[in-house]
Amino acid sequence: MAEIRLRNIAKRFGDYQALHSIDLTIADREFMVLLGASGCGKTTLLRIIAGLESPSEGEVWIGDKRVDDLPPRERGISMVFQNYAIFPHLTVFDNIGFGLKMHRLPQKTIRERVHRTAKMMHIEQLLDRYSGQISGGQRQRVAVARALAMEPDVILMDEPLSNLDALLRLEMRAELKGVLAQSDTTAIYVTHDQIEAMSLADRISVMHRGKIVQSDSPVHLYRYPADRFVAGFIGNPPMNILPATPIGDGRWQVANREFEGPRVDAKNIEFAIRPEDMHLADEGIEGRVQVVEPLGPHLLLTCDVAGCPFRATVDNDHAVNPGDIRYFAPQPDRIRWFDPLTDLALA
Amino acid sequence: MSGDMRLASRYLYGATIALLTIWVLVPLGLLLINTLSSPEAVNAFPKRFWPEFDLGSLRFFAGFDGMIDALFNSIWVAGLTMVLSILIGAPAGYALSRFDFPGKETFRLLVLLTRAFPLPLLALPMAIAFIRLGIDDTIFGLGLVHTMLALPFAVLITFSLFSGIPIELEEAAWTLGCTRFGAFCRVVLPLILPGITASAIFAFVISWNEVFAAAVLTIENRTLTAFLLQNLDTSPLHLKFAGGFILVVPALVFIFAVRKYLFAMWGIANR
Repeated sequence: MAEIRLRNIAKRFGDYQALHSIDLTIADREFMVLLGASGCGKTTLLRIIAGLESPSEGEVWIGDKRVDDLPPRERGISMVFQNYAIFPHLTVFDNIGFGLKMHRLPQKTIRERVHRTAKMMHIEQLLDRYSGQISGGQRQRVAVARALAMEPDVILMDEPLSNLDALLRLEMRAELKGVLAQSDTTAIYVTHDQIEAMSLADRISVMHRGKIVQSDSPVHLYRYPADRFVAGFIGNPPMNILPATPIGDGRWQVANREFEGPRVDAKNIEFAIRPEDMHLADEGIEGRVQVVEPLGPHLLLTCDVAGCPFRATVDNDHAVNPGDIRYFAPQPDRIRWFDPLTDLALA
Repeated sequence: MSGDMRLASRYLYGATIALLTIWVLVPLGLLLINTLSSPEAVNAFPKRFWPEFDLGSLRFFAGFDGMIDALFNSIWVAGLTMVLSILIGAPAGYALSRFDFPGKETFRLLVLLTRAFPLPLLALPMAIAFIRLGIDDTIFGLGLVHTMLALPFAVLITFSLFSGIPIELEEAAWTLGCTRFGAFCRVVLPLILPGITASAIFAFVISWNEVFAAAVLTIENRTLTAFLLQNLDTSPLHLKFAGGFILVVPALVFIFAVRKYLFAMWGIANR
């Protein structure tokens, strides 16, 4: 039972403001991913929740306890570090049992729990080894097992998969999701990898320059980015953005086409569409194809639309060549509009 | 042409190595040969090139009045220096590596500056202060002075040792239920123990070799170095050799044993 509430958290390092008034509630048993580019403050926020860093302002609540003055050991959390932080002088068994021993659990309980979590993470055969004798992926498993063995209210993970190679990362990702789904633990997971975030999260909080710009379910975040940053950050290739000029009565001119848009009084707004939310048609947004990249299931076209770069993914049975003029018809319900002054989405 | 050059430079390299080796080893060899020979052989001419394996000189050394006391004084003072410099130096090294505080860089420089004052300059005021405090001519008093000499090294060596241990290990221990002190004892200490030992041995050697402060600040309770110095002009040749040998060997063995950590202090990668 642990809901996490962050109230107006700010963090300054000297003159540098790392976090600006963060308000966030993470539900009990929720898997929350903090996603953002490096330097956006996501790790700092995680460390504030862990108690490894203290906030300059604001409150941290875990369950019904205010914890921002408590040391890490009294917060009911456990943490998985980016570089694993396996104690090199202890065996895998003693690493996993370390926290249990610190909490003075009886030997028998410790042994049972170590074996159970080791089994869960498939590292039973490694219990007598030292960290120097196991591979990176195995160290990662030990680190997760050590955190899980504590049966914490909250498990905090700081880019736990970023030091693994691509294949192993994929495997661990699925496994991590399975293991955590079985436990009653609230999870907060920091990453800069949007695919990882999408695949793991119940909810993603996108962070940018020390602020949370949007907290939403992965699908919602993808479909309805709240601002231009999220639109550009989530999705690969990112959303296309074209300038739109008003015609009046909620209609907008985008690259010589007219679209139904928001009824706002702005002079210029921006039209946004994901590359996969369009199809080739006889009429639509006109683009001159510059690059054709066959990506297996589809073709990625990079075009020039009225001087702006524009990407579209189309079915691979189309014969498209560089230099062609093509017309792209957007799915009307997938079009988004942004205000260039505030960067926010327009309803 | 370039082949000749390469050959020449290789010879030069070899010759330099040989010269340096001889420069270090010949005095040591002479010490060894003369210590392990009978007093008669030591004083005879021509000199021997091979030890007799006669313990006469060493026996004379051990039997020399006050020598064994001085040897034990040296051990006590060096032991005290070792303990004090680690007890004071290691926390300072930990603070330097783990905390940011104003004046940190300045402190790192200043800690070395304690070695910049020549000991003779300090000796007289220190002797007076020690007499006032009543710790002149004591093992404790001399131990304090030697601690001061060894401390900068203890701080810098332990600083580099602590810096070599990722902070995440400590943080992981905190999240797993340790206090700051608990994490230090359970995680950091086991990992740096070999290095701490090395640093302690280095402090021991500094004290063991120190002669000036020992000669000025003690009269009755002389350490081995001070005692030998005091008797230098009156003692026979074989006593000098044996004394020198007893002084040099522990220092040499210890330093050789901990050389890896001393390199680490100066940031030289080893292995």
